Amino acid sequence: MIEIKNLHKSYQMGKNSLHVLKGINFSVEEGELVAIMGSSGSGKSTLLNILGMLDELDEGSYTLDGVPIKNLNETKAAQYRNKFLGFIFQSFNLINYKTAAENVALPLYYQRVGRKERQEKALKYLEQVGLKEWATHLPSELSGGQKQRVAIARAMAAEPKVLLADEPTGALDSKTSYEVMDLIQKINDQGNTILLVTHEEDIAHMCKRIVHLKDGVIVEDKKVDQVRAEQYV
Amino acid sequence: MFSRDSWKEIFETIQKNKLRTFLSGFTVALGILIFVVLYGFGNGLINTFSEFFEDDATNTFFVFPGRTSKPFKGYKSNRQIEFDNSDLADIEESFPLFLEYISPRVDRSGLVKYKNESNNYTTRGVSEAYQFAEKTIIMKGRYLNKQDIKDKTKYAVIGRLVEKDLFKNEDALGKYIDITGSVFKVIGVFQDEAGDDEERRIYIPYTTRQLIEKNTDKINQIVIGFKPEIGYAGAMAFERKLGDFIREKKYIDPNDQRGFFIRNVADQLKQNQQFAGVLQIIVGFVAFGTIIAGIIGISNIMVFVVKERTKEIGIRKALGATPKSVISTILLESVFITTVSGIVGMVLGVAMLSSLGDSLKDYFITNPFINMGTAIFATVVLIFFGGLAGYIPARRAARIKPIVALRDE
Repeated sequence: MIEIKNLHKSYQMGKNSLHVLKGINFSVEEGELVAIMGSSGSGKSTLLNILGMLDELDEGSYTLDGVPIKNLNETKAAQYRNKFLGFIFQSFNLINYKTAAENVALPLYYQRVGRKERQEKALKYLEQVGLKEWATHLPSELSGGQKQRVAIARAMAAEPKVLLADEPTGALDSKTSYEVMDLIQKINDQGNTILLVTHEEDIAHMCKRIVHLKDGVIVEDKKVDQVRAEQYV
Repeated sequence: MFSRDSWKEIFETIQKNKLRTFLSGFTVALGILIFVVLYGFGNGLINTFSEFFEDDATNTFFVFPGRTSKPFKGYKSNRQIEFDNSDLADIEESFPLFLEYISPRVDRSGLVKYKNESNNYTTRGVSEAYQFAEKTIIMKGRYLNKQDIKDKTKYAVIGRLVEKDLFKNEDALGKYIDITGSVFKVIGVFQDEAGDDEERRIYIPYTTRQLIEKNTDKINQIVIGFKPEIGYAGAMAFERKLGDFIREKKYIDPNDQRGFFIRNVADQLKQNQQFAGVLQIIVGFVAFGTIIAGIIGISNIMVFVVKERTKEIGIRKALGATPKSVISTILLESVFITTVSGIVGMVLGVAMLSSLGDSLKDYFITNPFINMGTAIFATVVLIFFGGLAGYIPARRAARIKPIVALRDE
């Protein structure tokens, strides 16, 4: 599903160049649930942004579902993001003047799905995350966990190949975190590929594989026995 | 770009961001409103100026006698100049190319009576040609004619308000009135656009007036109408030649400015029109400034709107919005708001002008108006620049990497 070879990325910080990713080799199969771990500054978010085509790589190659991702212009990148990827952010990033259902329907709008179908699908995915009754509420009327579940429904709505989650539980208390992880695990059970950036050990162990990043290189890549979040809920 | 869906998206955004919509709409509407009203006021000023002259013919000279200020050819200084009937004939004979008509004007005021009603009016002795100079409109009966002047008839043409004052509901035609002791037959009733003062006048043959005043041949003033086809330059030349002629005939020093005066209506009109034109330019300049201020206002708001929406744009891009769709959403929104509020401002302004009508006449603004072409042009200009003002920041926003836009708080 994802194939990364010899990935390099550096940022220009004034006159100094900061080498963030120093040759990453990494692949993800379909249906995997991968946690990317590392302390801050290890490059884990940068890696996720490159995987999400939110940022560009300097060197190396990136193939997503057999499609080489390189030299994309903004329009092409937007189309690929829409087709291949679903994003879940730490700060939810819902549009605050749109209702939960409208937020979920937004990626479908950019897929040019008809209005009726959009609404139906939005409700379907809201139901999956258990928020059907909250469809007409604005984000400001939802709790943090609910917001993140709306964001997950939105990421799912476009039926992407890969879900990318950047610290999805970073802004949540542990109980809500486990609820969100439970949801993510269930989505993964349905066969969806999910990549998740976190720095919390317990969250990482709820995945099936942990990739440790340190100073821009992968120092550890191991399969783990998944801890089900269900038992904590 | 113009699908129902994208409009729906825009309407939803507008609906849910009322303050933002109101602010940008208000700026545009106000800009157009002020433009339309100012421009209309400018036109109102011009209307006032032309109205001052409208009720009288503009191809007219008024010649007033004065007192000499210099001795000349044995005559002493400070001599009163008087005109008489021979002057009329001489002027008529000497300027056949320029002159269209000539009439004396002898004003006397005094008590006018009919039955039990009486009032003081100005009675003006004139010739039949005077009707053209004053643009008098006969409502009923007739004006004085050549025969009346020749026969020194005791006929009077009275103003509409004279009839109303003295005759109440009676028909004045054919009735006899007493003008300072002499009986005149009313042969006509007139109206005059200049209003009340002029409609409280009575015209009688100047010859009759002279007869009453011991058969004198003196006249107060001379009113001369020149042929309109001689134009402005011709009128100025005529004025000069006429002045020379009178100076020579009345033995007035060529450099004496005080022996008599010529009031050239055409010249005054032209000067006033120029003045009004300058005013219009100034008002136009201010109005243009208002439009510029409106454009700057809408630009500022659009920059702010795009700034405020940076994060939203980032989210949309992460969800698959192409730069084109980001630009078109913002652009359509701004064009839509400017169009609607521009039209609202324009309609309000035009409505305001037409409701004002003559109510600001005391401030020299008569019947302010703006022609639709100008109003629509200004609105279109503002809409265009409103769109441009939206486009530039929208394009910049669409170019921001989603990762940067998402970081924006």
